[in-house]
Amino acid sequence: MRNVAIVGTGHSKFGVRNDVSMQELAWEAVKQALEEANLEQKDIQYFVVGNVGMWSAEELPAVVVGEYCDLTPKGTMRVEAACATGSAAIRDAYQAIKAGEIDVALVVGVEQMSQSPNPQVIELIGRAGNYFWEFENFGLTFPGYYALYASAYMAKYGMKEEDLGSVAVKNHYYGARNPYAQFQKEITMEEYLKSKPVAQPLKLLDSSPITDGAAALILASEEVARKITDSPVWIVSQGVASGTANLSRRTDFTGIEASYVAAKEAYKRAKIDFSDAWRYFDVADVHDCFTIAEIMAYEDLGFAKRGEGHLMARNGETYIGGKIPVNVDGGLKAKGHPIGATGVSMAVSITRQLLYRAHKGTQADIRNGMGITHNVGGTGHYAYITIYSTRRPSS
Amino acid sequence: MSVSETRDKIQKEISAYVKNLDNVIKSTGLPVVNDQKTGNPIWVGVREITLRYQFPVKKVSKFFEGLKEGKLLATKCQKCGTIYFPPQDDCPKCRVSNLEWIEMPKEGEVIAFTVVNVKPTSFSHYSDYVVGIVRISNGVNVLGWIKGNNVKVGSKVKLEVVRREPEGYLTYVFNVV
Repeated sequence: MRNVAIVGTGHSKFGVRNDVSMQELAWEAVKQALEEANLEQKDIQYFVVGNVGMWSAEELPAVVVGEYCDLTPKGTMRVEAACATGSAAIRDAYQAIKAGEIDVALVVGVEQMSQSPNPQVIELIGRAGNYFWEFENFGLTFPGYYALYASAYMAKYGMKEEDLGSVAVKNHYYGARNPYAQFQKEITMEEYLKSKPVAQPLKLLDSSPITDGAAALILASEEVARKITDSPVWIVSQGVASGTANLSRRTDFTGIEASYVAAKEAYKRAKIDFSDAWRYFDVADVHDCFTIAEIMAYEDLGFAKRGEGHLMARNGETYIGGKIPVNVDGGLKAKGHPIGATGVSMAVSITRQLLYRAHKGTQADIRNGMGITHNVGGTGHYAYITIYSTRRPSS
Repeated sequence: MSVSETRDKIQKEISAYVKNLDNVIKSTGLPVVNDQKTGNPIWVGVREITLRYQFPVKKVSKFFEGLKEGKLLATKCQKCGTIYFPPQDDCPKCRVSNLEWIEMPKEGEVIAFTVVNVKPTSFSHYSDYVVGIVRISNGVNVLGWIKGNNVKVGSKVKLEVVRREPEGYLTYVFNVV
């Protein structure tokens, strides 16, 4: 199997982007990625569009985006894996290149959630668990799903509200320094504690916002990548797993089993030891759709021992200069969470980090040349863990 | 508020919005309005969809018969002993169907819960409700609403089949003991 490298990245400003249509938004990211790689559309052999949709009008987003970006008649598909859609789109292109079918592929994640009014978006996301047994009868909302985890975690490990708050404070601190972020504003613990409950124990400031945004990547095979750039970022490995649709069928509510399974798979392929995984990485982007998700991610990725993720947050170990910098682009919490774009955005952030191209005040120290993304779809319905490196993988 | 009152309220809001849009079209010739926050011109779709899904329940219809008798039923594979809740009539592990129907015990303990404060539109006629996952005394988890004061992880609860008002359909609820 061949090595696959990232040779171009693109990222739109996230937020309410009703100044552009969905395809115009996608183009902002695609254009940037093409320019970075110094490629033209005719060089792209295949493109994948990550988009969840429902809230936006176009039913065939891959085709609409392809037409607008002048990628037609190249092969395409639309990919959906809930909030991990972007990572699933990367997977499709990554595997096509790895298998030798194509040499250059473009991945674009795009979501324009503001095409529907907020109440409808809340309604639609709430239906994304198991429809009949959880939504139709019991009206769980998306924050509600994660709140179940937060309550169980608090009861078992004595996590405090302030521990969740420290994740929000950190992510806003970095979001304030990221010009692409939806919220470029720091928050205090006091503001956090006063924020309105959404699904207790989670508050508004525990939650990522409803967002519009796009991100793009150009992937190439090793041979072609060498011609395009002298600073490729390699995809070292990827781990994938799934969880049950019914939350009640999960055994533990203090960690996301699918994340843990996917992490173990990615680590095994990259020859990384789970128990001190954090030592391998200079920077990580983890799925913080809600603050509790980031704390569980620390444990599911082996950065902290079971039951100690909240202590990592409390002690500020995930700031730049700490044990391992996490979500220093602002995370989903402050950068925003345009569902289909999120996974691609994470890959863009880590790639730029590894190349010392992060925004001022958000650049981590790069020593090992390795980074990781952790992208969860639903509440562990899907999990994608991807490892990136500036060093060429040996296999 | 009853379901139809909620619907009427939502429909009234939609009607007012559409009437406003009609006026915009009349005066400008286009369904384009400026977004209140950003000022950006937005084309408001003139086509509308309302949708209620229809899902087949034939293979688990015994579950609904059970509710009529005040019982919460699950299925059990006679070959491997797995209990399925939500119930399903196929055991994919053993590849057998027509599983045995069993009654779930009524006693359980809360293992996770939340209070839903920001509700979906279709639940907006309820006051804030508690949703939890309860471990039933046979070890199987069931998700449902929890009624009672001061719900906690570890609270003992008892299952009850009730009519969900104001819709009036049969469902189940957990009451804190």
